Amino acid sequence: MNSLSKHAARDAKVSIVGVGKNFNVSGRDLVAIEKIDLDIGKNEFVSIVGTSGCGKSTLLNMIGGLDEPTFGEILIDGRPVNGPGRDRGFVFQTYSLFEWMTVEGNIRFALEKSTFSKAEKTELVAHFVHAVGLSGFEKAFPKQLSGGMRQRVAIARALVYKPSILLMDEPFGALDAQTRGMMQELLLQIWDDHKVTVLFVTHDVDEAIFLADRIVVLASRPGRIKKVIPIELERPRSFEVLTDPKFATYKREILADIREETLKLMAMDHS
Amino acid sequence: MDQTTDRGRIARKKKGLLRLRQDIPDSVFSAAGIVIPVVLFLLWWAVTAMELVRPLFLPSPWSVLEEGWRQLSEGILFADASVSIYRILIGWLAATVVAVPIGILMGNYKLIEGLLEPLISTVRYMPVVALIPLSILWAGIGDGQKILILFLGTFFQQALMIMDNVKNIDLNLIRAGQTLGFTNNEILRRIILPAALPGIWDTFRITIGWTWTYLVVAELVAANAGLGRRIMDAQRYLSTDTILFGTLFIGLLGLLTDYLFKRGGRSLFKWSSQSR
Ligand SMILES: Nc1ncnc2c1ncn2[C@@H]1O[C@H](COP(=O)(O)OP(=O)(O)OP(=O)(O)O)[C@@H](O)[C@H]1O
Ligand SMILES: [Mg+2]
Repeated sequence: MNSLSKHAARDAKVSIVGVGKNFNVSGRDLVAIEKIDLDIGKNEFVSIVGTSGCGKSTLLNMIGGLDEPTFGEILIDGRPVNGPGRDRGFVFQTYSLFEWMTVEGNIRFALEKSTFSKAEKTELVAHFVHAVGLSGFEKAFPKQLSGGMRQRVAIARALVYKPSILLMDEPFGALDAQTRGMMQELLLQIWDDHKVTVLFVTHDVDEAIFLADRIVVLASRPGRIKKVIPIELERPRSFEVLTDPKFATYKREILADIREETLKLMAMDHS
Repeated sequence: MDQTTDRGRIARKKKGLLRLRQDIPDSVFSAAGIVIPVVLFLLWWAVTAMELVRPLFLPSPWSVLEEGWRQLSEGILFADASVSIYRILIGWLAATVVAVPIGILMGNYKLIEGLLEPLISTVRYMPVVALIPLSILWAGIGDGQKILILFLGTFFQQALMIMDNVKNIDLNLIRAGQTLGFTNNEILRRIILPAALPGIWDTFRITIGWTWTYLVVAELVAANAGLGRRIMDAQRYLSTDTILFGTLFIGLLGLLTDYLFKRGGRSLFKWSSQSR
């Protein structure tokens, strides 16, 4: 790998060391992830892209402690991951809000295991409701919100207890292009304000480039790293970078990689 | 030209009422529910008024209503209904009190599902009527036996349905709870349970309907009052008007129960995104 990952290795927030994952599917072992080695730096924003089924969610779940690696180890701040923990916040593709709680209730629920005082909790909830642009909707139930608003509640819920790592699995997949663009800018702003390390899974190459410091392209069957591409676009970024010639170069490269993988998969299916 | 636009409008209107999962005006919806009963009633009335069948086979609507009035004024109806409603409530509640914890445990713990599912799935296919002799041996001939029959008719289906209600909740809700640092026990009580509750409430509504359908079976033997008993007695004297009135009245009470559960669900689970 390159210079950036050397930098990452020095103060790695997340270290993925020889991680593999097999699933038992009707008695047979299915290799979902063969072997992944990757270091992610503190406050780094990493996007993960790859064809469907290449193991993106599986990898994220293992980092989140929701699933165990078959081989290898995942370290966070040098300590092995052992189940889910409050150092990591998770945003799922399906909004996964607690429908019986209000917007405020959902966010406050995430603070229950925190040691903040009651007043501090109230203040934190108010701050994050505001940060994700939901002021005025504190007492609304998820059912009364649009998709984009629900996902903003989910993001606030994942951030409010100050995890140092944010794991996002296709969080904007279900949103329309406009809402999506606004959510991306919001996410970058929050990332800048709150200094978190972000692992962001997406199918959308534009989105991956726009957000990330580095992009990890996964190869599939079995899942492994195909390429790691550092994105050297200036920050802070706004939608204007989408027309930057460098952006187009990155996009071309990544699309070619994914296309190559897709063609390989199709060839495999035909043989 | 005029004709084609006219036809177009009619077609569109029809499409408006018959679109997949689309809401239609409340008034149309309620009116639609009355259409078939009214048609059936008119048919019934016509057939009896024209004396196409003998009253023994199908008494006229008026004689059925008269029979109802007789039972009401003599106080029989009230006595029968209160005994039966009491049995239904106790039988259904007993089944529910056991089925809710068992269903929840089965839905959450594979081991408990493995232990109980084969048994429950087998028993639920056994005909409850066939268990009447045994139920008498076990529970005597008092109210206990009736309640036992209602329990047996309700419990097994209910436990399996509640298991499904619990399994149907979004796995990511549980995962969200885990990432927020909640213990398994807290996740069970504070996430799984409330998330599954609207579904469980629907199960309540459906299963109490089944309890109603077992009423006649429950009151088949050694009962001296009850809506089901009245129907079985009438069989002996071939009083078809009593039979018809009793059957329709049970149906009406069932409809009322259903309505109450629907209303209750709607106000309890306003937050739920499943429309009900
Ligand atoms: N619980 C499971 N049991 C068996 N196989 C699984 C399980 N979860 C994932 N897999 C398999 O592992 C592989 C990777 O799945 P994963 O969900 O991680 O893919 P993904 O990259 O997130 O795909 P997508 O982009 O479609 O979300 C797939 O082949 C999938 O079939
Ligand atoms: Mg996935």
